[in-house]
Amino acid sequence: MNFSDQLEARFADMLGHYPTKRSVLVPFLLYTQDELGYLTDEAIEEIAQRLDLTALEVRNVISYYSMLRTRPAGKYNVQVCTNICCLLRGGEEILEHARKKLGVAVNKGISEDGVFSVEEVECIGACSWAPAMQVNYDFHENLTEAKVDEILESYRKKAQQ
Amino acid sequence: MAYLVSHPDEVKVISSRFGKGAADIDRYLELDGYKAVQMALQMGSEAVINEVKASNLRGRGGAGFPTGMKWSFVPKESAKPKYVLCNGDESEPGTCKDRLIFEHDPHAVIEGAMIAAIAVNAHKAYIYIRGEYRYLLEIMQKSIADVYARGFAGKNIFGSGYDLDVYWHGGAGAYEVGEESALMESLEGKRGVPRIRPPFPAVVGLWGGPTVINNAETLASVPHIIMMGGQKYADIGTPKNGGTRLFCLSGHLEKPGVYELPMGYNLKKMIYEVGGGISNGRKLKAVVPGGSSTPVLTADEIDIAMDFDSVAKAGSMLGSGGVVVIDDATCIVKFALRTMQFYRHESCGWCIPCREGTDWLNKTLTRFHAGGGLAKDIDNIRYLAENMLGRTFCPLGDAAAMPTIGFVKKFREEFEAHLEGKPCPFEKHGAISQLPVMSH
Amino acid sequence: MADAPKLVNITVNGKKTTAPAGTLLIEACKQIGIEVPSFCYYPGLSLQGACRMCLVEIEKMPKLQTACTTPVAEGMVVNTESEKVVQSRKAMLEIVLANHPLDCPVCDAGGECELQDMTYTYGAAESKFIDIKSHRDEQQWSPVVFFDRPRCILCYRCVRVCGEGMDVWALGVQNRGQGSVIAPNKQDHLECEECGMCIDICPVGALTSGSYRYKTRPWEMNHVGTVCTHCGDGCLTTVGVRRSDTGMEIVRCDNRDKSGINGDFLCVKGRYAFDFAANQERITQPLIKRDGKFVPATWTQAIELVADKFKQVVQKDGPQAIGVIGSNRTTNEENYLLQKFARLVLGTNNIDHHRTADFPAFAKAISENKARTASMRDVFEAPAVLLIGNDPTEQHPLLAWQIRNNVRLHRSKFYIVNSQAIKLRRQATQFVQIPTGAEARFVDFLSGNDAAAGTLTQAGASNENLSQLRDALKGEQNLVVIFGSELRGADISALVKFAAPQNAKFICLGDYANSRGAADMGLFPDLLPGYATFAGAARYQQEWGADVPALVGMDLKQMFGAARDGKLKALYVVGSNPVSRYALDPFVLQAPFVVVQDMFMTETAIAADVILPAAFAYEKSGTFTSTCGDLQMLRKAGDVVSVKSDFEIVVRIAEKMGYDVRKLVPFGKGLRADMGQSRGAQSGEADRHSVWLQARGLEPKVSPFDPLATLDEIQRLIPGYDVSQINLVSGNDEHTQLVQIQNASIPSHPELVVPSNDTLFTSGTLGRYSTVLNSVMERRATGKEVAAD
Ligand SMILES: Cc1cc2nc3c(=O)[nH]c(=O)nc-3n(C[C@H](O)[C@H](O)[C@H](O)COP(=O)(O)O)c2cc1C
Ligand code: SF4
Ligand code: FES
Repeated sequence: MNFSDQLEARFADMLGHYPTKRSVLVPFLLYTQDELGYLTDEAIEEIAQRLDLTALEVRNVISYYSMLRTRPAGKYNVQVCTNICCLLRGGEEILEHARKKLGVAVNKGISEDGVFSVEEVECIGACSWAPAMQVNYDFHENLTEAKVDEILESYRKKAQQ
Repeated sequence: MAYLVSHPDEVKVISSRFGKGAADIDRYLELDGYKAVQMALQMGSEAVINEVKASNLRGRGGAGFPTGMKWSFVPKESAKPKYVLCNGDESEPGTCKDRLIFEHDPHAVIEGAMIAAIAVNAHKAYIYIRGEYRYLLEIMQKSIADVYARGFAGKNIFGSGYDLDVYWHGGAGAYEVGEESALMESLEGKRGVPRIRPPFPAVVGLWGGPTVINNAETLASVPHIIMMGGQKYADIGTPKNGGTRLFCLSGHLEKPGVYELPMGYNLKKMIYEVGGGISNGRKLKAVVPGGSSTPVLTADEIDIAMDFDSVAKAGSMLGSGGVVVIDDATCIVKFALRTMQFYRHESCGWCIPCREGTDWLNKTLTRFHAGGGLAKDIDNIRYLAENMLGRTFCPLGDAAAMPTIGFVKKFREEFEAHLEGKPCPFEKHGAISQLPVMSH
Repeated sequence: MADAPKLVNITVNGKKTTAPAGTLLIEACKQIGIEVPSFCYYPGLSLQGACRMCLVEIEKMPKLQTACTTPVAEGMVVNTESEKVVQSRKAMLEIVLANHPLDCPVCDAGGECELQDMTYTYGAAESKFIDIKSHRDEQQWSPVVFFDRPRCILCYRCVRVCGEGMDVWALGVQNRGQGSVIAPNKQDHLECEECGMCIDICPVGALTSGSYRYKTRPWEMNHVGTVCTHCGDGCLTTVGVRRSDTGMEIVRCDNRDKSGINGDFLCVKGRYAFDFAANQERITQPLIKRDGKFVPATWTQAIELVADKFKQVVQKDGPQAIGVIGSNRTTNEENYLLQKFARLVLGTNNIDHHRTADFPAFAKAISENKARTASMRDVFEAPAVLLIGNDPTEQHPLLAWQIRNNVRLHRSKFYIVNSQAIKLRRQATQFVQIPTGAEARFVDFLSGNDAAAGTLTQAGASNENLSQLRDALKGEQNLVVIFGSELRGADISALVKFAAPQNAKFICLGDYANSRGAADMGLFPDLLPGYATFAGAARYQQEWGADVPALVGMDLKQMFGAARDGKLKALYVVGSNPVSRYALDPFVLQAPFVVVQDMFMTETAIAADVILPAAFAYEKSGTFTSTCGDLQMLRKAGDVVSVKSDFEIVVRIAEKMGYDVRKLVPFGKGLRADMGQSRGAQSGEADRHSVWLQARGLEPKVSPFDPLATLDEIQRLIPGYDVSQINLVSGNDEHTQLVQIQNASIPSHPELVVPSNDTLFTSGTLGRYSTVLNSVMERRATGKEVAAD
């Protein structure tokens, strides 16, 4: 398979950073996923080949990291933290609210319009600003249900553009 | 983006450039940036290590190991290249300080890593940032590019004849990768499974070369130490606990936030004065003083100095500086369960006691919390946790066991109040959801 | 050789002992009889420290330490049985059992499960956990590998043996935490060498064998250690048999006993391809062709017919009108007996076999250069190995394992010269690719003919590579030189001559389980046992008390030529399929009277007049000589009523021909007779053997069917075979040397060497009747199509 020019450039740049090829693996998988939405079989084969690894070995690595996935997620993946600090400040309620609002099961499936998926995640490093969530890589903190509505609405609009 | 707060008791060393646009290299230079590294080049390896030793700087990643001593373990001569590795995997629940540093003062981390490299005579430094912190990785990428553009990194830095490369590296979601040897595995493109020790990273680390690994905050403190002198830095804190650290106050506080306070600052004051006291007019029930893996302190146990030794004496740990405040309306069983859920989700699965132990503690606590607890479960929970303690392959097993033992030991009556038949004494008590175990 | 590491003093449980510095504590304990339990530790594989069963107390260390990862150090004081250690072990078992299904009664591993044993020895009787165990359905990963996930305790032995040991890397670990799981390389199935090592090494019943699962309980079988019947490497294998309607049925083969030359190793054939024994098409009754059709007969009828015909031919047309073709899969004793039968009973030297290597030329080269042969064990220990030709991964799986693991564990140097990029190149210090068929020219180059280099460089090797290699080889001491059937005749001599002065040892690769034995035992028209020419026949005549026919006999091809010309009147084929192997015309067999002794209706058997159903290696006792010259004892495991060993058949024919069998098999020559040791599974039952003897009023030590008696004779006659019989009987291997009896020039016939071209998944005629091998190959074929899409 062919990578985009940007990804190719990224790959070439990163290879130069390390004494061994496979060291690029973890961050490069994430960059690939950012482009493709998830790590497809072809992408796995391609990366394995480039790094002199077996596809099995690449899958071993993928399945270890919680951000890497081999199935599609929504265009916007809403990741709500419910770990202890968020728990104390209503993280579970925020998750429940987002789930209801978007009509998708947590950690499963994509909303009907294909825009959203909802994930319950572990601590994202926003403990002092709990409750918090990330939509893709964007942090949203000190959440209230009303604020969540607003945020989700803004992504919905973005998706329509 | 992360929010800044302030309190009069703060002593701003690491946070001195926060909010001042120091991510911009010119601004950083205006704020005395990259002076320390030039001084370090002049001072030479041994003097730098001595200065850091004098500062009583202890690792901010959790274990509190004296940084100067760690650096001195790196062999002078090595057939394989030496490395400096900055641990920016910040994942311990309750901890969100490295994030602020990367956002507001990324060059301090770079400069600290460079000084560490000079100290051990390494020529390559890697800055590993957790995958979720994508925006920080981008800030770091730009900062490193700027550093190269100025000729501060690469060949012959600052005309000193010393070559030093600095690289960024991003993670992809795994708490265990914060463990030093797992971090190296991850950086080498592997599953984040820790390594057998000995050999220790200082001798055999990244790609088999001697490696210094330090937390981002630890490294960000180093330029300040060089600038102000080790002794002066040490004087800010308590004996053997030099300087300041970023405390992440979270949970049921009026004014949660990240505050830079001197080592040894009183915990009670931290909660009631700096943090503004318990929110919603409730009373304090418990504090987790150093991130989720540290044993809980009850409301009666908080009149202590927040330095590594004093907290240890109080039966807990200063850990990574995450102070999680729990009010009296909170169910400790649920809190314990959510903590265990986390460790179960994050266990790398390598060793039996951690993999199976976290799963069974999670199962038992789930049933317990849902009202199906049996009297013997309470002892079983403790038995299991005690048998994980000190017997797992890496300290993650301890991190799961220690808080659990603490909860059962200190809040036994709350567990007993959950026993079969009796409704949970706390109102808001929805069934806790379950994160799936990692499986694709 | 590096200096021996220095010894350090340690104290374990109060016992003082020493161990070489660097020894792992767990091994040091084992040396003094102290067992430290472990799941993940496995000698020879990388360290894991994952199961935490081996935690012990070491003085001055606050925490318990893993004995499997801790090297001994001077003054170390260890306690492996302190209260803390015992408690920790017990808890570790409780924790691992918490999620382990307690389906031991239906688990294949029940009764031979390390977790069961460990729980019995160290565990707690009561379970503290009441929550539901995680369940997952079992998966079939290949025709022969099944995975039962909940039983897996994640010791990673399978992953390591597959990757580090086999260099296949078909197993991985996926997910993390409680979700961690062993995963096959093709997501839901395996594409691998199907060696089944993962199954053997699994301490519990998580990986099970497709051919064995749910068949029986381990304690319902007799376990018989014998030698694999497939390739020439001679792996020790443990055959599990149980009683059935038709004798003793083979239920499985595996590698319980790691003491053999193969250590932990067994390949797909050794492990699964015993099933041809029970193939429906197996011939289990003597068959006589009448009017072009085979009809069943009794043994008496069949043997009488064969004996009469043979006698007739010898009397009427002379001994030259009869030919004998022996086997690569029958025992040494049978082969020896067969050539004796041909020479003494029939009176002809018309005897040959399917040659897969030029052993006569090898014997000559070794003798001329006073060189030695290398044993399979040597290959694992040698500081350097040179391989010319062959693809051991396909044709000599054990040899490949030995080389690979020697490189991995001892960092030995390994040089390859091959026309293909064979898999073992991944272990090579230097790999030189030469054009197909250029092996001999390479030897020429080694011998100093620099001009030969020019013709070698087309396939990738450069002049520089070649010279580098030659220089490196010249610098090696104690090199083991291994070569395939690409090298024959004078090339072998040249190679041996090149390397012998540096104390090199040699291996000549032949293909079948007893190819080397067939050659050593003299299944040649022009060579007696031990590669002796007729000039040296006196020794044999003295031992045999009879004359060796003077005339050099016909080789296999000549016999078929004679049959075509109507000169061959009878042909006796024992366990061989020359029609197929040499692509000979079966029609030429219409005229002579043909007797075939075999298990199946082979291309040769079809042309027979009489077929005598034979037992195969696992159904008899005797010895095999591996291609390296390692002599090992076969033990009878399986038994099929109404088939007979080739040994017995030959003796009976001889007897019926009126020959005094006392001259054929050594009666009463002060021999050490078989008192049942070699009959494995049957040795405990009412012994047919001794019943037979007693019924005939014979002394128990002199049975005509006693292979050990014949082995005695072999040992007397063939100098290199004079090895400890006691050691053989107790299941060990003994390396035989090629010692040529007299330094006459040995006739060599390179043109008669026809490699079998077997792969990892084929095994000549027998392999065709193995359902397992066929299903594995089918699966692979379809697997490849999918991948090519
Ligand atoms: C399970 C586990 C997770 C850890 N996570 C982190 C982390 O996210 N960031 C960090 O700096 N150190 C983490 N550590 C500590 C590191 O192993 C290591 O001690 C630290 O990076 C050393 O730096 P320091 O001496 O500057 O503290 C973790 C340790 C364990 C056992
Ligand atoms: S304690 Fe064991 S399973 Fe847990 S994270 Fe460490 S090595 Fe992995
Ligand atoms: S044998 Fe030591 S941890 Fe498994």
